[in-house]
Amino acid sequence: MTDAHEHVFDDRTPGVEEHEPTASYLSYTVGLGLAILATIASFVVSQTDLLWAPGIPVGLIVLAFAQIGVHLVFFLHLGSGSDSTNNILALAFGVLVVFLVITGSIWIMNNLNSNMMPMSALPTFPV
Amino acid sequence: MTIATLERASIAVPTELARGRGGGGPASKRVVVAYGFWIFILSDMVMFSALFAAYAVLRDNTAGGPTGAELFDLRKVFIETMCLLLSSYTCGLGALSAERRQPARFLIFAVLTFVLGAAFLFIEVSEFAGMVAQGAGPSRSAFLSAFFTLVGTHGIHVAGGLLALVYLAAQAIAKGLRPAVLRRLLCWSLFWHALDIVWVGVFTLVYLMGDYH
Repeated sequence: MTDAHEHVFDDRTPGVEEHEPTASYLSYTVGLGLAILATIASFVVSQTDLLWAPGIPVGLIVLAFAQIGVHLVFFLHLGSGSDSTNNILALAFGVLVVFLVITGSIWIMNNLNSNMMPMSALPTFPV
Repeated sequence: MTIATLERASIAVPTELARGRGGGGPASKRVVVAYGFWIFILSDMVMFSALFAAYAVLRDNTAGGPTGAELFDLRKVFIETMCLLLSSYTCGLGALSAERRQPARFLIFAVLTFVLGAAFLFIEVSEFAGMVAQGAGPSRSAFLSAFFTLVGTHGIHVAGGLLALVYLAAQAIAKGLRPAVLRRLLCWSLFWHALDIVWVGVFTLVYLMGDYH
């Protein structure tokens, strides 16, 4: 019997006491601080010469992913604990679908646009 | 092992300790409900991804009309972003207070969350009204159709979230912070944090990448 109990307790996130929520005021505040930093960095990067101009979109995307990561860990509490295994698997599938839809659309539509005849080169038909 | 020991073993592990992966029996209702709502949120994200893709494809098709750089006021967008971020923060603190059975604190945070969310919505609606007034409504160009669809869908989600928050706060007052109400609050806070994640995508892709130096 004690074996079963110990096994169950071993299966928790390390450092988490029984029945105590993983969240705390501190973790939300740390998350808020990091998210504000990422937001301000995004606005500064987009409005100043801090980054080499062609690199700005890449920089903005990196900052957005960083901020989404901060939100997931500090606000939604998706950690490495075994409690969130199922949630993380579902999230991974969601991210895959989102990635396919967005990059697939942009890729295909860019291809179509660059293969399309320019409007000025279209033959004009008498009406 | 006899049947008697098996029965004792299943009683010995309380349900709330179960992890939903066999050991200790089925997961608690709280874990199952949060997982189901998480699946809903992810499907909502898939819908938003289609709108993001449409916007990314159509953003240069302005049909001779105004471009994003001419229309967007980044100072307003920054205030909007901060409102939504802070309301996500107060929502988290409110959910935490509710879980710790501190109803007064929960209500204070719920009011703060509502006010910040309403401020976000007010700025967004005034931005939309201003754009429509200067002839840049959703029917002006493909770019503006995609813009209003993407940002408007997010705004409708925020408005729905605010209504649900009023409903939940009323439930918390009328019924107290009992387990069923706490589960609804948990789902609502997941929804609200997810909307903030979508907004990170919106202000990066739509506003900052549409109007960078």
